[in-house]
Amino acid sequence: MAELTRRKLLAGSLAATSGAALLHSTVPHSHPWEAEAAAQHHGAHGAGGGHADFRDGRTVDHAANGFDPHEILRDFDWGTTRRLASGRVVREWELFASEVDIEVAPGVTFAAWAYNQRVPGPTLRCREGERLRITFVNGSAHPHTIHFHGIHPAEMDGVPGIGAGEIPPGGKTVYEFDALPAGLHLYHCHVRPLAEHIAKGLYGAFIVDPAEPREDAEELVMVMNGFDTNYDRANELYAANSIPFAYMHTPIRVPRDELVRIYLVNVLEYDLINSFHLHGNLFDYFPTGTSKTPSEFTDTVMLCQGQRGILQWRFPHPGKFMFHAHQSEFTELGWQGFFEVT
Amino acid sequence: MEGRAATVSELRSLPAWVLGLVPLLLIIAAVGVFALLDGPGLGERRGPPAEELAVERTKLTPGVIELTVRNDGPDAVTIAQAVVNDAFAQFSGADAPIGRLDSATVRIQQPWIEGEAYEVALITSSGGTFAHEIPVAVETPANDLSFFGLMALLGVYVGVIPVALGMLWLPWVRRIPPGWLRVVMALTVGLLAFLAIDATLEGFELAGEGSQAFGGAALVLVGGVVSFLLLSGVSAWVASKRAGASGGTLALLVAVGIGLHNLGEGVAIGSAYSVGALALGAFLVVGFALHNTTEGLAIVAPVAHLRPSLGRLAVLGLVAGAPAVLGAWIGAAAFNASLAAFLFGFGAGAIVQVIVQLAPSLRDDAGRTLHPAAVAGLLGGMALMFTTGLLVSV
Repeated sequence: MAELTRRKLLAGSLAATSGAALLHSTVPHSHPWEAEAAAQHHGAHGAGGGHADFRDGRTVDHAANGFDPHEILRDFDWGTTRRLASGRVVREWELFASEVDIEVAPGVTFAAWAYNQRVPGPTLRCREGERLRITFVNGSAHPHTIHFHGIHPAEMDGVPGIGAGEIPPGGKTVYEFDALPAGLHLYHCHVRPLAEHIAKGLYGAFIVDPAEPREDAEELVMVMNGFDTNYDRANELYAANSIPFAYMHTPIRVPRDELVRIYLVNVLEYDLINSFHLHGNLFDYFPTGTSKTPSEFTDTVMLCQGQRGILQWRFPHPGKFMFHAHQSEFTELGWQGFFEVT
Repeated sequence: MEGRAATVSELRSLPAWVLGLVPLLLIIAAVGVFALLDGPGLGERRGPPAEELAVERTKLTPGVIELTVRNDGPDAVTIAQAVVNDAFAQFSGADAPIGRLDSATVRIQQPWIEGEAYEVALITSSGGTFAHEIPVAVETPANDLSFFGLMALLGVYVGVIPVALGMLWLPWVRRIPPGWLRVVMALTVGLLAFLAIDATLEGFELAGEGSQAFGGAALVLVGGVVSFLLLSGVSAWVASKRAGASGGTLALLVAVGIGLHNLGEGVAIGSAYSVGALALGAFLVVGFALHNTTEGLAIVAPVAHLRPSLGRLAVLGLVAGAPAVLGAWIGAAAFNASLAAFLFGFGAGAIVQVIVQLAPSLRDDAGRTLHPAAVAGLLGGMALMFTTGLLVSV
């Protein structure tokens, strides 16, 4: 015992004397929930109910944010197309980067950087072999790029020092390449400091449909992300499509016995891995969506940052089924939701 | 020249209090205008709001963790969400922004398990987090009558009884020769010096935990200076009435000084008990008894040549020991790190004042204060406190 002050000594070492407890009062060893308090605080929006949730089950103001995670789920941006004389399709989008304040948890504002004022950015979708032209306008106060995953020339890679390199504030460039290969990809800013440019929200899903289309399905996009609201290089909040607990408060409705397909992308910064776990079912998993043969029939997949894959399954039973990261910490910090099968 | 002389004479004709008041009024007017114009020339405040929250009190009841927080930063703080051990938790309280120096209590629903560790993070509207660690979860005792009784008993065990036992040295002190008495007085001063240092260090440690807006470590020093000056004033007043500080007055001053110290010690014990950091073992009580018994010796040494009545001795003992009871109540029921830091400083200042009062009684026939016997006594006193202090720790 090197400590000198008596108070420290009292606090630190006296557990050892508990055997000689002289005056110790009896303390119950189990702590039942305060039923009344619990009833008062859960119920409000049908949220909580034993699950981790925001205070009083409150939700963020999606309208003020300008995007709603429920809309993002089924929002595929096909851009605009025109046909060349050769018969080839040119598909075009315009993306602009800007700074937006978003409410990431009820009452908590995060100064995000976003493509087209939403986090994640628009889900760009095209068909294998098309010519893609993405016009990028930097409307923010910092240099940015768009780096696409896929097969393309070096100067279209959207990294500093190559091709157009960093696009300065007010600058503009066009990324142009062929839609290759078919599969599920992503795009993100590639400007130093990389972690910050990604974590602040500059990312999105990029889907290249195979020339021979996939089977019809109930298609959903989930970009697994998080927010470091206090800038300590660790996330305070976790989610799919940015808003924690959004699919707990309002479950995702899917039809029974129909094929459900999820385009799952992990962009989570600061944590080594992320995962997706489905309740009451197993799914076929197609890593990166590049093969039509599933690699696995499972209920849990693990993805590092930048990894993505396609999940397919059918719900034989009606009811509410959870899905969430199978890191319990991420789950209870926001990355959990419900499917409601009808 | 004439005009100036006239002005001077006019000023002289004004009452003194008017002249004293004019600068004060000008300052108030200037501050008012400055505030009304919103700090002209200073421009907008730069940067995001600076948020500061200090947790002043943690209370654990079954299924609930209750934190009392104080905003000691310049801007209002809004608590938006609460996270316990990496999971969002339901809570009530702190619905409105917490203004500067205001406090709020949040009641967080958490099925906590006794003996486990918890980290509570409060997320503010700007996304900032304030983490509070509960190293070992133990139910906070209810502030009922039996609890106050327990704290009183604890105060009696560690304060009143040891001091009373120490005072039993009086008959012995009375019989020893003057040279030896000086050694005993030096021993007493040594004991007190150790207590003063100990209390100051504990005060600084507590000040670090508390809200910094109230002065932090400065509180300890302020407390020390205030009590030193107060006791100096009181003793000077008593001396002027009785012509010279008698042994009786000195003993009372020593008792008051030690009493103030025991008040702080009681606060520390009570708060440690209430957060479950203190197991009230028999060994602890024995350790404190040995440790504080020496304080009794310090009280009786100055009255060795007198014949104080038993009643008077009892009063002295109570003045020195009973504040431990009061301190234990304060510490257990309304612990506040800033207040405790101030009290520790207050106790230390009182002890320093007592040392100053006792110093003359160390002088030998040649008028030296730090003669070899006195130095031996001083060192012996500090060694005694240090050694018995270790007993409390094991």
